[in-house]
Order: sequence, then C-alpha cells, then structure tokens
Amino acid sequence: MSKMNLTRRGVLKTGAIAGAGVAAPTIFTAQSAAAFTNEPTGSSVTLGFNVPQSGPYADEGADELRAYELAVEHLNGGGDGGLMNTFSSKALQGNGILGKKVEYVTGDTQTKSDAARASARSMIEKDGAVMITGGSSSGVAVAVQALCQEAGVIFMAGLTHSNDTTGKDKKANGFRHFFNSYMSGAALAPILANNYGTDRRAYHLTADYNWGYTTEEAVRTSTEAMGWETVAAVKTPLTQTDFSSYIAPVLQSGADVLVLNHYGGNMVNSLTNAVQFGLRDKLVNDKNFEIVVPLYSRLMAKGAGANVKGIFGSTNWHWSLQDEGSKQFVQSFGTKYGFPPSQAAHTCYVQALLYADAVERAGSFNPCAVGEALSDFEFDGMGNGPTLYRGEDHQCFKDVLVVKGKENPTSEFDLLEIVEVTPTSQVTYDASIFGGELGACNPGA
Amino acid sequence: MLGLDKKHTNLLLLVFVLTLLAPFILNPFPEGSGMAQFNAGYPDLMQRFVIFGIFAIGFNILFGLTGYLSFGHAAFLGVGSYAAMWMMKLLTMNIIPAIAVSVIVAGLFALLVGWISLRRSGIYFSILTLAFAQMSYALAYSVLTPITGGETGLQPKLQDPRILDGALEAGASPKANLFGLEMGSSFEWSVGSWLFTFNVGYYVAAIAMLASFYLAIRIFNSPFGMMLRAIKSNQQRLNYTGLNARPYTLAAFVVSGMYAGLAGGLMVAMDTQVGAERMFWTASGEVVLMTILGGAGTLIGPVLGAGMIKYMENIMSKINSTILHEWFAFLPDGLEDFVVTLIYPFIGKGWHLTLGLIFMLVVIFLPGGLVEGGQRIAKLFKRKNPSSDTPDGKTTPAE
Amino acid sequence: MDAIILQILNGLDKGSAYALIALGLTLIFGTLGVVNFAHGALFMIGAFCAVTLSRLLQISHTVIDETQKDFLGNPLQVEVPYIYDIFGQATGDVIIDWAVPISILFAIPVMVLIGVAMERGLIKHFYSRPHADQILVTFGLAIVLQEIIKYYYGANPIPTPAPDAFKGSFDFGAALGFDPNTIIYPYWRLVYFAFAAIIIGGVFAFLQFTTFGMVVRAGMADRETVQLLGINIDKRFTLMFGLAAAVAGLAGVMYTPINSPNYHMGMDFLVLSFVVVVVGGMGSLPGAVLAGFLLGILESFASMREVLEFLPGINQIIIYLVAIIILLTRPRGLMGRKGVMED
Repeated sequence: MSKMNLTRRGVLKTGAIAGAGVAAPTIFTAQSAAAFTNEPTGSSVTLGFNVPQSGPYADEGADELRAYELAVEHLNGGGDGGLMNTFSSKALQGNGILGKKVEYVTGDTQTKSDAARASARSMIEKDGAVMITGGSSSGVAVAVQALCQEAGVIFMAGLTHSNDTTGKDKKANGFRHFFNSYMSGAALAPILANNYGTDRRAYHLTADYNWGYTTEEAVRTSTEAMGWETVAAVKTPLTQTDFSSYIAPVLQSGADVLVLNHYGGNMVNSLTNAVQFGLRDKLVNDKNFEIVVPLYSRLMAKGAGANVKGIFGSTNWHWSLQDEGSKQFVQSFGTKYGFPPSQAAHTCYVQALLYADAVERAGSFNPCAVGEALSDFEFDGMGNGPTLYRGEDHQCFKDVLVVKGKENPTSEFDLLEIVEVTPTSQVTYDASIFGGELGACNPGA
Repeated sequence: MLGLDKKHTNLLLLVFVLTLLAPFILNPFPEGSGMAQFNAGYPDLMQRFVIFGIFAIGFNILFGLTGYLSFGHAAFLGVGSYAAMWMMKLLTMNIIPAIAVSVIVAGLFALLVGWISLRRSGIYFSILTLAFAQMSYALAYSVLTPITGGETGLQPKLQDPRILDGALEAGASPKANLFGLEMGSSFEWSVGSWLFTFNVGYYVAAIAMLASFYLAIRIFNSPFGMMLRAIKSNQQRLNYTGLNARPYTLAAFVVSGMYAGLAGGLMVAMDTQVGAERMFWTASGEVVLMTILGGAGTLIGPVLGAGMIKYMENIMSKINSTILHEWFAFLPDGLEDFVVTLIYPFIGKGWHLTLGLIFMLVVIFLPGGLVEGGQRIAKLFKRKNPSSDTPDGKTTPAE
Repeated sequence: MDAIILQILNGLDKGSAYALIALGLTLIFGTLGVVNFAHGALFMIGAFCAVTLSRLLQISHTVIDETQKDFLGNPLQVEVPYIYDIFGQATGDVIIDWAVPISILFAIPVMVLIGVAMERGLIKHFYSRPHADQILVTFGLAIVLQEIIKYYYGANPIPTPAPDAFKGSFDFGAALGFDPNTIIYPYWRLVYFAFAAIIIGGVFAFLQFTTFGMVVRAGMADRETVQLLGINIDKRFTLMFGLAAAVAGLAGVMYTPINSPNYHMGMDFLVLSFVVVVVGGMGSLPGAVLAGFLLGILESFASMREVLEFLPGINQIIIYLVAIIILLTRPRGLMGRKGVMED
C-alpha cells in the first residue's frame, strides 16, 4: 500500500486510456505506471511556476512569471532563443525538453508557507508537474523544497537569500541558483572597507526572523574581520512599517555606519526613514555617516526612490552587466516586455533553463538523474560568469555583484550601478559550516 | 440513530455520503478538458476542505451559539500544529499521538486564553483574543525561533530522534502515517477519461470531520447548547436567574479551541510542515469569514463557507491568461482578446478581488449566508411545504 | 535623558498617525454604530490620492534624445512633463516638488465624496444588521478597494517624497542644550505631528462649538429623541461619515513621505487602529486620541535597545500586551461608555 504514492495525471492525460473512451473501469496504481512521480509519457511535459501573485511581493512574482514564460518560449523554439545562444552547454535544441513540448501551470504562493505548499501540491497532484520553481522568500523556499523532496519532484528555488535554503534545510531534490547571506557579507566587506575605511563603528538593524539573523551574522563577521566594530544590533519586527523609533537612537550610540538587514517592504521603509532622519548628512567621529543595505533588489529599490543614492549593497545579477549572457537576456526580455528584467526574473529564467538542460543531459526526467546531472555541473554564459552547482549542498557558486544606488539615474530602471564584481573564490565557503543533511534524492514512486 | 432525531440523522447521513463520495463529486470534469481546471478532487484540496471544515465547525460552536466573536482562533490551530509536529519529530511519525497531543495542547492554551478573555464581552473580548493570537504569531516568528523554526517553520528531518520509530531505510524520508499506512498514498481509479483519486489522508481527515460534525450536532441539541444559546440571546437575564454564564462560555471556548487544535494537528498530519503565518490575524479572520459566509449558527454553514473560500483560493488563483485564451479560443481573435481582458482582473492574481466581491454580494443579498441561499432555492422547489427541510431549521444570523 | 526625550518625541509622532485613524474610526462608530473594516482602505486611498496627483502633475510627452541610449541600445526617450510647457521648468519643478501638500486640497473633496458614496450606497443598509455582517461587508469592500488600487498601481511601494524644503531633520539637542546630533527629528515628521494636532483639534472644535456638531453629539447620545425633535439626523450622520473618511484620507496623504505607500498599507494599520479604538474605549473620541498617543509612546519605548536587551521580543508584542492589561483593569478601555458593543 505504501508504494502507491502521489498521483501522476500526466500519464492519464495522454495515455492509452484516454483514447479508450468510457471503457470498463481500469484500476491502476502509480507503481505499475511509472518509475518516478509524474513521469511525462505523452508529447508534453508540465512545469509548475509557483510565484507570489498577491501580497507585498506580487510585482516581483509577476516579473518571475514573465521570465518563466520567456524561458518556456525559448525552450519550445520560439523567440530569439535567449540564453540558449550563450549557454556553455549545448544540449538544448529548442524542441522542448527531450523532444516534449513544455507546458506550464502557475500558482500563487501569497508569500506564505502554507499557501505555497498548497499551490505546489495542487501542481503535483492535479496538474502532474514534474518540477516546481519560483518563490520570493526563504520561508516559502524551504517549505516548498521540503514538499518537493517528499513528493519526489525537483525544486528549482527562485529568489531566496537565506543561508538555510542550502544550509541547514537543504534537500537532495532542491537546487538554488541565487546567492545567499554569507556571500553577501563576504563580497561586501572588502568594498566597504575600501570605501569607508577599516575603523568604522556599525549599528545593525535586523529583521527579526531567520533570514535577518543569518544576514546580520554574515555581514557582522566579515566586517569585523576587516577591523570594524559592531556597536549594537537591534531586532525589528517583520510587521513593523515605521522604523523611526529604531533609527532615532542610532546617532546617540556613536555609530557611524547603519546596516539595514531588511528586505522588501521592510527595507524600503527603514531606508526611507533613515534618509529622512538626515543620517547621511551627519558627521560622526569625523567621518561621513553611511548606510549599507546588504541585499538589494532593483524592484524594491524603486520603492525607496531617491533614497538609495550612494548606498552600497549586493545583488545576484543586474541588467547593466556587459557580458554576452546578460546582454542577450536583457535583449530578449526587453524586446518582449519593454523593460529590463529584475534579478528575480534572471534567476528564475536561468533556473528553468538549467533544469531543462540537466534533463537533456541526463536523458530522463527522473529527479535522481536530473539531480545527478546538476550536481557539480559547471557552466558559463548565463550572465554570472563561470558558475558551479556544488554537489554537496546544491548551491550555485558564482561572482557576486556589489552595487551602489546611482546618483544620476537616466531612467526608472537605472537605479543601481555595479561597483565591483567579487570573484567566486572570495565568496566560496565550506559546505559543512551550516549543518543540515542533504539526504538522498527521492524520485517519488 | 446515534441519539439524533430524524432531521439531524438525515443531515449527518448527507454529510457522510458527500464526504465519502467527494472524490467523484469534486471531479466532475474529464481530464484534459478545458473544464478540468475546475476539478477540486485532488488530495491536497480535499484534505483542506475537511480540515478547514473542522476548524469552522469548532469556531461556530463558540460564535454561532454564544455570540462571542473570537478574533484569535488561528492561534489554537497554530499551537496544535506545532505540538503535533514536535510529537512527530520526537516520538513517531504515526499521526495518532500527534493529533491527540495537538488537541490537548490547543485545549490547554484555549483554557488559558479563554479564562482571561472571557472576563470581557463584545468587541472587548474580540480584541483580547486578537491580542493573544497576534502575540503568539509575533513570538513564534521571531524570538521563539528555536522552538518554532521561525520564518522557515518546522518540517520532519532525517536526523530527528523519533524514539518510537525504527531507523529509516537508506534513502527514505520520514512520512506521516497511521500504523504504516502513509497519508500521502492514494488509490487511483480511472473511468474513461475521468480520474478519481482516493487518498488515505483525505479519508482519515474525513473521519475526523464526521466525528466533529456529529459531536457538534450533539452539542447544538444538548442542554449545554441550549444554555449557550441563552447566553447569546440575553446574558443578563441568565445572570438574574442565578446562573453563572462564565463556566459555560469557557467550556464552549475550550471545546472550540480543541476543534482548532484538531484541525491544526490534521494539517500537520496531511502535510508535514508548520509555519507561524498559520497564526496571523488574517488566518483568524478567515475562519470568521468562513463561518459568516456559510451561515453562522447553522450546522452545515461553516463547512460550506470553508469549502467556498478554499476552493476560490486554490482553483481561481491558478487560472492564468494562457488558460483563458485556451478557453475562449473559439471566439474570433478580437473578441477573444476582449473577453479575456474583461475576465482577467478577476482570476489568477486577481482572485482576492473576486473573493471580496463574493463576500459583499453574499452578505448583502443573503444575510444568513450560503445556507440561506440553499434554503431559498429549496423553497422555490417546495413551495407547498415552506418551513421545513432546512439543514437545521435555524437561520438567525449571529451577532 | 536625551534618549528618553527622543522616544517621547517618536511616540508622539507615531501616536499622531494612530490617533488620526482611530479618530475617524470612532467618528463612524460613535455616530452610525457601524464597525468599519474598510477604514484602513480609506487611509490607503488617501495616500494614493497623493500618488495620483503627483502622477497627474508628471504626465509627460516623450522627446527622443539621440545623444543618449536606453537599455536596449535604442535612442533614449526623454519624458517631459506637460507642466514644464505650461509653467516653465523652474515653476514646474516646484509644483511637482510640492505635490504632497497640494494633494491635501485634492484629497478632501475626493475623500468626502467616497465617504458619502460609501455610506449612502452600502453602509446605510447595514445599520440594523448584526456587527458580524457589518464586518464581513466592510472587509469585503476593503479587499475590493485594495485590489483595484493594486490593479492600477502594482504591489510595490511608490516613492512619494516630501518637498525639498522639509528634507533633513531639526536638531533639538542643540536647541535644548544637549550635545548636537543626540536629538534630531525629521522636519516632515514634525509637520505630520502638527498637522495631526490641527486636524484633531479641528474635529473636536467642530463637534463642540458649532450647532451642527452639537446636533451630531446629541444624535450620538440619543438618536431617537433628536429625530423626534424633527431633525434629519441621518443626513448629518452621512456628512459625518464623509468627514471621517476625509480625516482618514488626510492622514494617508500626509503619511506618504514617511513611508512609500503600497496597496496593503491600510490592512497593516487596520488591526492596530482597532486595538487603539478599543483600548481608548468604544465610542469615545478623546479615548481614541489618548490611546493612540499612549500606544505610540509605549511602542517607541519598547523598541529601545536598552529595553530589548532586558526583554527580548517585547517590541513584537508591546501593543497587544498593553491592550490586554488595560482591558483587564479597565473593562471598557480608557474612556469607554457602558453598554457600547459589549454584547
């Protein structure tokens, strides 16, 4: 009994039974039909795009969805082929995946773990999706990753920055292209030391949940290694909208740098408030007061408007990069939608292509085969330079961008400028430092 | 039968048949057809229907009978979920201890919250319960991270102790089960181009729902239930007769908290994951909406309301513009685009808008909720026999 | 000492936003007896009045600039606001810069109209219905309003800065004899506080010193008797709804430079404002204002580093904890009347 696991409707949609009409009731179980969950047997394969469509990250989710639609178009041979032209692996032919036309279903994560899992389960159980991807927060990524591990499908994480996703909560069926808190800290610290000196006193405001903790920890350790002193670290509630009472005491503490370990709406508000208080016009300890935002997102930076000018942060990718892959992607995306893609769009597009490529190279949709093809896979031409999908924790290692809010933006998209591309070697860490257990891959049935 | 009168026996039988046949009823459209989008007969959603049904039935015991509007019921659901998850991590993946403990822990927490909050009534009571729930949420998300997992929540891990379970086979992951019968396992039956899924987890949850429903009928018809109604209609008069209403309301509060705990435990059993959002005020608000939408104070109403909201959330949100274009592909191009543009704001990412509109329409035109709608339709067909045959003959909207 | 003064200042500023929203909520509740879950949405719509006006002022035509390139390498299309063509660039910039204060004039009629339309079109039919129905219908309305805004403006926050004249902050420390930079406070937040004080004072004066206000107060106390005296109290209550909507809307307009508005900002404030109203005591206007400031100040103190080291996580729960304590010690909140919303 326990062998009859999750359903696979893809079989049925196109299987022989469908043609048989109202035949005598046919009973079959998963076991007899397929080797792994939702094995596509017809002429098409279904992918599940699970992105936030309501709630504060809805715009980010919309951009992710655009990227996925573009990726599907390219995989099926439409458009200009996008990053398939520059991708170092040439396994993809533009004829779908393994010759099967790519179809997709969409769902709304609402940026809530429960809703995201419900949506992902419906894709797996009802629509027969063989891979789930997307999302805009680490809570959702970890929750959906665990679900995919149980169900026996591949999870290609979208935007998730917490160390936990490929750290203590890593799973054999889950893969992350996006960078993480540790890398942000490691990439930022040298740039901060170069620009602001090594005898700075930092004041941290940290979002009071897992991602905030790991980000604070990362920035703190790496800046302290450069000689900075951490004056204080104050935790702020996720639901906070007005940060004035946290920002007002900063100057009294004698700190001369404020680090805002916030993301999304929290980041927009805390940064706006900090600039409002005129912190950046002040001289403390004979130094200009500075603000740092460890994780930048262009979409969110837009919400903070002119307040981002001159403020350092890190990002996974930015459309102004001049390598072939980035130029190609901006070209394809911009031509289709009329504006440049966000980093969320980029990481999602790349994840979709990497999955398809791995399937082609493995010659099977079996999650275990795909996982093997992705593990320790080295590639280039996807916009981040040479990249490694490390086998031990399924984390991508690539260059990290340190960016700064642009002083004189020429358009509403031109908000960040790249200050430095921190090379991979500087942000690589040992896979064991965050604990967790990858486990074995689970093909489902 | 079972100590119920004929009307309620019929109602229970009806619910029994509906839950038993849900895999057929919820999957009316053949696979692969355009309408298959509206099929809800897959395990996850069926489980959610009955689990939120339990949650709403329990809420209705408090709100529908006593009129006390709790705005913090999600806290009991969340606490129950955490308790169940810890049982699974520490003891065994068997769902029995997990669910038992979730009910007990939620009951104890409800006892504490109820004991304090029931000192006040009306909106003051609502705000007290809301305050407790919001505190639970905020703490679970932040400072209690070591216990609750915070943002990323809790899932069973390979290295959990599970002292009652044997060691896992190599490569296997811990799965919730009932004495070896896995919650995720399903039996599929395809008839022609229809596919029906019979999921173990769903039937386990459905049995729990039927038991809860039966208990709710008994409570509604018991002297205790009568006392609760008396509290709702005039607490002052009750006090003047020398009765202290507090123990009764507290009992109702605890019972309804235990229902929430049961729902929480079942959620973990069906889908081994728990996160703090489950306790956010919007989750508490959702069960209030489910109950009012279905018909507060009626037996079947809350279940209908729960089904309606969960259906909207899971089915409407998945319709995207590509699917719309497929549906209307038979129209001429210009007209097709026009129709799609017209409908698009209401589906997919716009599902909240449709939900809001439905709330408004229901409450404006059907003050008794969906149950009243059902009654009106029933009346149309049975004009000769107007007053009978309503689910429980009662439509008083609750206050 | 300076840290305490700073947090009191902060609390007053936070409290003024809470008090303004709670005031409007109580006005509606006190006059019409309706629990308005759409009040947060009115606050949000007010904020989007400011967004809309600043967008209107910046309606542009495009000029192609061959010397610059856009991200795809095509010639850059430069947007030139029409307002430049009308007033010249310098005056145009000043007008765009002052968009938020100008929005006040724009928001008042819009909000009153929305309020009156809401009351006449929807709320009116719910006076005799149970509070649970009122909650459901206004909550539904709040979702609908919010989704409409999301449809047109997206989900991301939209930066709506204050005029340049109000950028930066005032140094109280220097003025009061402390070290410079110890007590600084942004000009715009001070403006917000003053603005809130004026609005609150204005509403109280209106109710206290005008005939109209007197009739409304009489109606709040005993609606039937006032009607028996031949006064059309309904019409006045409708106007009060409009007034309450305008108060919420103005609170929203002025709030935009403090935090960039987004479509769910109303929901963020909704729960909080209900807690404020209930702590103040249902139906009491002074109670609502008092509770707003009280909770604002306590919230500010709870966020101090020194307090958090001692009680980690207190900033997460302070408002709710205080609400519980107050409601247990004072059964009807700070200044509530007996018998209002107690059943």
